[in-house]
Amino acid sequence: MTEKVITCITCPIGCNITVRGDGKEISCMEGYQCKRGEEYARNEFVHPVRILTTTVRVEGADCPLVPVRSDKPIPRELLMQCMEKIKTVVVEAPVFRRDVIIPNVLGSDANIIATGSVKK
Amino acid sequence: MFEMNCDVAVIGGGPAGLAAAAAAKKQGAGKVLIIERDNALGGILQQCIHPGFGLTYFNEELTGPEYAGRFTEQAERLGVETLLNSMVLEILPDATVICSNAEYGITYVKAKSIVLSMGCRERTRGNIQIPGTRPAGVYTAGAAQRLINRQNEMVGRQVVILGSGDIGMIMARRMTLEGAKVVAVVEIMDYLAGLTRNRVQCLDDFGIPLMLSHTVTRIVGNQRVEGVYVAKVDENRKPIPETEQLYVCDTLLLSVGLIPENELSRDIKVEMCGITNGPVVNQNMQTSLPFLFACGNVVHVNDLVDNVSKESEIAGKEAARYAMGTMPESKGTVTCVLGNNVRYICPQKIDIDGDDSEISLYFRVNVPDENVRISLQSNGMELAKKKAVKVNPGEIEYMKVRASELTQGNLVINVSKEA
Amino acid sequence: MIKTDVLVIGAGAVGCAIARELTKYQLKVTVVDKNEDVGGEASKSNSAIIHTGYDAPPGTLESELVVAANPMFELLAKQLEIPYAKVGAILPAFTDEQFEQLPALKEKAFKNRVYDVEYLTGEQLLKMEPNLSPYVKAGLYIPREHIIDPFLLVVAYAENALQNGAEFLLNTKVTGIKMKGGRVTGAQTTAGDIEAAYIVNAAGLYCDEIAEMVGKNDYTVNPRKGQFYILDKNTGCKVNHIVLPIPTKVTKGKLMCPTIHGNMLVGPTAEDLQDKQDYSTTAEGLASVEADVRRLIPGVNLRDTITQYSGLRANRNPEGLHVDTYDDVKNYVNLSGVRSTGLTASISLGKYVAQTLIGIGMPVSFNPAFNPIRRGIPRFNEMSREEQDEMIRKNPLYGRVVCRCETITEGEIVEAIHRPIPACSVDAVKRRLRAGMGRCQGGFCGPKVIEILARELGIPTGQITKNQPGSYMISGKVRGGKEKANV
Repeated sequence: MTEKVITCITCPIGCNITVRGDGKEISCMEGYQCKRGEEYARNEFVHPVRILTTTVRVEGADCPLVPVRSDKPIPRELLMQCMEKIKTVVVEAPVFRRDVIIPNVLGSDANIIATGSVKK
Repeated sequence: MFEMNCDVAVIGGGPAGLAAAAAAKKQGAGKVLIIERDNALGGILQQCIHPGFGLTYFNEELTGPEYAGRFTEQAERLGVETLLNSMVLEILPDATVICSNAEYGITYVKAKSIVLSMGCRERTRGNIQIPGTRPAGVYTAGAAQRLINRQNEMVGRQVVILGSGDIGMIMARRMTLEGAKVVAVVEIMDYLAGLTRNRVQCLDDFGIPLMLSHTVTRIVGNQRVEGVYVAKVDENRKPIPETEQLYVCDTLLLSVGLIPENELSRDIKVEMCGITNGPVVNQNMQTSLPFLFACGNVVHVNDLVDNVSKESEIAGKEAARYAMGTMPESKGTVTCVLGNNVRYICPQKIDIDGDDSEISLYFRVNVPDENVRISLQSNGMELAKKKAVKVNPGEIEYMKVRASELTQGNLVINVSKEA
Repeated sequence: MIKTDVLVIGAGAVGCAIARELTKYQLKVTVVDKNEDVGGEASKSNSAIIHTGYDAPPGTLESELVVAANPMFELLAKQLEIPYAKVGAILPAFTDEQFEQLPALKEKAFKNRVYDVEYLTGEQLLKMEPNLSPYVKAGLYIPREHIIDPFLLVVAYAENALQNGAEFLLNTKVTGIKMKGGRVTGAQTTAGDIEAAYIVNAAGLYCDEIAEMVGKNDYTVNPRKGQFYILDKNTGCKVNHIVLPIPTKVTKGKLMCPTIHGNMLVGPTAEDLQDKQDYSTTAEGLASVEADVRRLIPGVNLRDTITQYSGLRANRNPEGLHVDTYDDVKNYVNLSGVRSTGLTASISLGKYVAQTLIGIGMPVSFNPAFNPIRRGIPRFNEMSREEQDEMIRKNPLYGRVVCRCETITEGEIVEAIHRPIPACSVDAVKRRLRAGMGRCQGGFCGPKVIEILARELGIPTGQITKNQPGSYMISGKVRGGKEKANV
């Protein structure tokens, strides 16, 4: 049984929502003031996900890096592992915005895509 | 010497300049030229690789480079021209912009109107007078961000961050993702300076402690930072000496405020606002020099780039109208007066020119408050009001008013507790 | 093994001035310094004032040297192409007690043969300095107290010396002095032994440690810290002259003056310490600067500060500027007690030490090829638009402005890195060009300077230092970390 206090970020009020549960089963929730908050807290407790943004090494260009992001949120617990994978990748210029750098990273269903373009 | 002509010259190709240039083109200006010192457009957004941009403008959550990309592509489509790798040195009273370029030498750009969109710089350790040694390893958050995200250089491995503004928190996450240990984020106020969402996703996610009501009192280390002393502050935000503790680190990042970059504006002696440190502008983003317009962080430090884009579109549109000679004449001025708990209002003035558009007045409060009533009054009459659950200096508020409702004189915005 | 005629220990203002002077003779001159750049210690953290000597202890060597030096600077500044301005100083009296001290100060100036010190009324002073405290009763005007760029003074001395044949060995610390038959024969250093016919100790803060190596440490040197504020060029409350407080026995006091580049300088404190490496600023020290200077200039706005720094004066115990030679340690000249007026006295000390060496038997043969003229790096921000354009055509790197605050170009930075005394660190670039001295304090140019240094020196960015070894700027690459992360 875990208890977490989750700060809701869907609106500026920032309710502190206390969630008690066991893995994917929530036994009780209190502190939310709206449906969006309840949904946010539920997802945060059961399966927190984050957009990952970082950079990837580029070769063959003046610029050494291209900024990248996950095109979908990734499970929070996979973030550092994803980073390890991303650190090993080197791409050749040119790179175009929206190019897929790493498809389906760590089987998460999210692709790591370029958010900027790098000329040769 | 190289000479060029244009209708609208835009100084700075970041989000403000890009939006202004596009708007100028859409308004019908002939040649719109962005003069940019970097080797690419996008300004600071190039290094803001994190998401959080475009929520209101595009209804999407984009990263900085993606947001910049939309505007860069738009500018290209519209035929906005650019002069990259060019640093503006001076603006002359006849609307000539003098810049320096390796290829063309000293370049004179003769414009009909000019938009200032140079952005801002960061407050430094020197500005806030942190005592101690002067070792390597003290960086402002933005400089560190540039090194890490654009130049592939890691600034340090064990980090203390002073300032809980968004830049500081975002760098906390960035450094952690790249393998550094962020020991703490230290904030002198008793409230978070930036967005709560960033506290959650940049600090809580990584277990980085947030120390409110604390500050860095001393830096130690002769050659490289070896640590910083952190102390609790009292109600006057003065350090309490007995609470001083040493935090071992090799890097101190400073996220202690942004200052509009107005060297050029001051040199040409436009009227400046002492509180924003930017030029005084009217609702057309026009400065005290009729041909000179300004937008973005150079006018006042914004928190959402989406608002910068909207504000800059006004500047670009009006700069185009000025260049084309289609700007209506002013029939009077309304001065915006700071009411209760209002730190500044932007624009500082409103020109009554017959236009009936809706004007957005952006403002910041002095101190945080809850359950407040915001009231806009013109010459004693209340024109608009709204309620807010929370207001704080870190988030820009706005009130809208129709130009036709205004008469010459004063306009006041008051923020007070709901009765 | 390096063999030289004269080994000068210390590449501060005095050491470099001595080296320059000695290249007028046909001698091999070698200057060593433990630091990675010329500039010494006190020579690079002071108030940048060229003194008249009006308040020196009369009848002393210090007085002689400073009084003789002052008029030499106008020509020197032209020869070495360094910024220099004859702003003059005022010494206002605000209380009856201070007013009563004025005659004694004027008398002292006379004893020091500084005759052009004038009385001025409070009204006259306020006209000269509108921001002076209105309580001023009267004061002194010392017209020949001037301001200079202290960093360029030392770099220029060194470059001119090198141009005329001297050699500079930096990152070289003297660890011992060798003697034979009662005279010095050379030095042991961290970079190997140097054989020298004559040795000059111009080690400033560390001169006592050098003197100990020949058994002549009948004095000690402790650091007397001075903390300073630098204010933004745009600060509202400025002064046109050096505004001096009535001096005490311990210190010239906390002043406010313009810097040669248009900032305001406020300070310094005078705190006796033991740790020669303690360059920290302190909240208490800085607060005392504010308190004292407000009595002179009540409107001084220290919130406009862009940076603060500490300098360490080399305080001799017992006091007094000495240039000593010894019968039992021949061919050795010991300088000690160079404090507070060292920057000014450098020019005359250079000549005095050369003369002293001749006096103890150094063979002299005039060097007809000596060229006193040193050309500086062409400064973009001092050129007209036509000159700037011309410069960019000659060297396109001058078209890339790197330091936005002070308008400094990549061309100048690259030049500085490849000069005969090269700038090899971020601070070395800063001292020569001012890149990083502006209001953003390197926030904008810093990342670029690091990149340029790495490129021009052909070393990884991880090895670029702020100044001394260990002051690395970058801990490693973010990606592709094949380069060795540095210590």
